[in-house]
Amino acid sequence: MLKVLFFAGIKEQLDCDALELEWPGAAVDLDALQERLCAEHGGKWREVLGQGNVIRAVNQTVVEGSSALQDGDEVAFFPPVTGG
Amino acid sequence: MSALRVMTVSVQEADFDVAELQEALRLGAQQEGAVATFTGYVRRSNEQRKVDSMELEHYPGMTENSITEILQQAADRWPLLAASVVHRVGKLAPGDRIVWVGVSSSHREAAFNACEFIMDYLKTRAPFWKKELGPDGGHWVAAREHDTSRATRWQDSATK
Repeated sequence: MLKVLFFAGIKEQLDCDALELEWPGAAVDLDALQERLCAEHGGKWREVLGQGNVIRAVNQTVVEGSSALQDGDEVAFFPPVTGG
Repeated sequence: MSALRVMTVSVQEADFDVAELQEALRLGAQQEGAVATFTGYVRRSNEQRKVDSMELEHYPGMTENSITEILQQAADRWPLLAASVVHRVGKLAPGDRIVWVGVSSSHREAAFNACEFIMDYLKTRAPFWKKELGPDGGHWVAAREHDTSRATRWQDSATK
């Protein structure tokens, strides 16, 4: 299983805060997972997740570029942070 | 470089007492020569927009871990005795406290630098997001290049 989380403006634009996916197998890395989500949910998701400034995290650590995934991983998509 | 004797990270909805937090940085052995603190507040207006209230969202778990990591990095760079961060989430009004950073050290230079470093890193690395609510509705605050460049300068600078 994969847990996928969305935060802030991305969550609002997708109207989705979290979803769970059956473990798709190790052939599906982070880029492939994103492609699957976009293919499944349509153009709006492709537009929102395709924005250049979207940050991706795997198991609560920000990753640059794609990343291998493992069964049980938590993946998150969020905009640049604005705390403090 | 230093093993922090006190390191606390709190992400909470409730307000906090800055005097109490500051006293908690002093450990009782009178080793502290300096305590530096920073308090951030909600502004009444931001980029010409009136702000009636603000909602702060975060990524539970990752937020606490990322702040802890920042405090550890600060302790690696400067000889600190204690370092703490409190950050509020949920609904806030103009004038409300949002964030507090406090560090103690034997000398002021380390305390000043570490306090600023922690705040600069928190602004660009800890997963919080601000949404301003005003007369024109809700508006997610955009990340600022200025904050990124402030954080980046620590990567180039000598630490001591």
